[in-house]
Amino acid sequence: MKNNVDWKKYFIVFLITLTLFLSASYLSDYFSTKKINQLKLIQDEISLDILSSETQFALLSELSCKNVSGFSVLSDLLGELGAKLEWGESNLGKTEEVEYLRKYYSLLQIKDYLLMKQISSRCGFKYAFVLYFYTTAENCSECERQGLVLSRLKNKYPELRVYSFDFSTDLSAVEAMLAIYKIEDTKLPALVVEGDLYTGFQDIDKLEPLIQETFGLEEEGEEEEVKEGIE
Amino acid sequence: MATTFNIIFYVLTFLAVYVQVFLLVTFLENRKTIKNRKGKVVLARYPTVTVTVPCFNEERTIYKTVRSLLDLNYPKEKLKIFLVDDGSTDGTLNIIQKFAKYSNVKVFHKENGGKHTALNLGLENCDTEFSGCLDADSYVDSDSLVRIMSYFERDESTMAVAPSIEVSNPKNIIEYAQKAEYYMSIYVKKMLGLINAIHVTPGPLTIFRRKVFEELGPYRSAHNTEDMEIAYRMQKNHMKIEQCHDAFVYTNTPSSVRRLYQQRLRWIYGFINNTIDYRGVLFQKKYGNFSLFTVPAGIVSIIAASYLFSRIAIRLWNFVEGKIVELRTVGFEFSSPFYNFDPFFINTKSVLFVILILYSLVIVSIVLGHKIAEKKVFPLHILYFFSIYSVVAPFWLFSSIYNTIVAKRPSWR
Repeated sequence: MKNNVDWKKYFIVFLITLTLFLSASYLSDYFSTKKINQLKLIQDEISLDILSSETQFALLSELSCKNVSGFSVLSDLLGELGAKLEWGESNLGKTEEVEYLRKYYSLLQIKDYLLMKQISSRCGFKYAFVLYFYTTAENCSECERQGLVLSRLKNKYPELRVYSFDFSTDLSAVEAMLAIYKIEDTKLPALVVEGDLYTGFQDIDKLEPLIQETFGLEEEGEEEEVKEGIE
Repeated sequence: MATTFNIIFYVLTFLAVYVQVFLLVTFLENRKTIKNRKGKVVLARYPTVTVTVPCFNEERTIYKTVRSLLDLNYPKEKLKIFLVDDGSTDGTLNIIQKFAKYSNVKVFHKENGGKHTALNLGLENCDTEFSGCLDADSYVDSDSLVRIMSYFERDESTMAVAPSIEVSNPKNIIEYAQKAEYYMSIYVKKMLGLINAIHVTPGPLTIFRRKVFEELGPYRSAHNTEDMEIAYRMQKNHMKIEQCHDAFVYTNTPSSVRRLYQQRLRWIYGFINNTIDYRGVLFQKKYGNFSLFTVPAGIVSIIAASYLFSRIAIRLWNFVEGKIVELRTVGFEFSSPFYNFDPFFINTKSVLFVILILYSLVIVSIVLGHKIAEKKVFPLHILYFFSIYSVVAPFWLFSSIYNTIVAKRPSWR
């Protein structure tokens, strides 16, 4: 029996397989880029909305609070962006682009927080604000559980606005927030509810009454503190 | 760590895809020659053939097996049927003795010694030009033998010819899943036959020139996979094995997960250990595609499947663990996964595309198996195949690797 080995065939099959793999990689890159562009688009939209809200707010003295609109839409957009960014971080990898988007997102959150605090106190909207600090630099199972509790509460109370910040975000605005509320990386997760700091995991039974209490109890002055911190 | 896992993943899937593409290219090269013959196949000369049926506690199937042999379209005087009772403890001997009245049937009885000893008893008493085996749980199509013999007539250098094996009368989803797999096997074996690289001459009606055993010696125990070992030995001795795709044999397959597990454990264990025994033939140009493609492909399949299935299992465990944590943290809340569905969240990692390519190629091979056997494709069977094998296969893969390490030989049943 002749044992002819067709080396050419082995090589052609190698080339076909390689082409298949490169196509898979190309397709993946194509969709990743599309997704990152989609994230950028949402961020631009939020940025524009915040600018518009700030302008609207500046004009408030001349307008009645009834004319202040679009904030719940903005909150939804922020929520969507947050969810997509989180998904992107675990599925698209922590690329420079995704890191940049995360920083930008943190900044947008702070801006939204400051603006919303002002608007709700001036117009008497019943919002509750929670600042949530977590870490992705190390394995933090408590943070994951805290995230679940906050998501559940957010679903239950649409007026609850949760702003989440990764402790390891390399952004001066976030670092200022950490300094103001004296957040330490050894005591994560940490929550700030109406100015009070809670460290470690807070279960739903403890957090829910706290949030219910704070509806409509926004205090002025806190946002000034944050502003100062950023500056 | 994740990068190391990814590199292993890509290397293994690359090799697994390579194997499938290789088979597909072989099919495309030969597609015009793979045709099922219509009508009766007539030989210029009908050589003498002995078919040995080793039986151990086969009272439920043996009657039908022998009946199918007696109904073969092959001259009776040219066909000898040896029924070897290998120390059965049920009514097998009584049943086979009833066939002793046929002039071309001979019944043997011996103490239990394993399938290879029963086959060797057949070989010792064989005086025909060709010799073969038929497992006692299989039934031959009436034209199968003459079609197989036509391959020997066509090519004098052909030393063994294996048939296409189909699942006989499947009843439950385990058997239907195997039906899809057996069609895939028809395709794979045909392709391996075309490149002279078959690594197993299965029990259901593989026919050999007697010269094979005269030159290479009798069957060996070979980790309970004597049909694989003889093929390895033939390949090592440059003997040509062909696959007659239009000769059909129907076999009873395991009907429960436990039995399927035992059978596959034996097969995979046999493959690993025969490969270890014949490691000298690996990657040697002189042993052709068998050495460069078939055996490495088998090794890659075992490693890749073990790795992929473990990854799936780990993912599944992480998912369940996450759900448990969620349940304990915030309790149960029903939410439809399709509520507000956003295509953004569809996974588009290259890993996913690679897996899709691999699965598509496996589906193509099952479909081509149906095409070669000229049978209709049942997508449901393919679905059964993927769902059952993804769950059960890791167990027999890991067990056979474990058994090899601790040198524990799996039993027949």
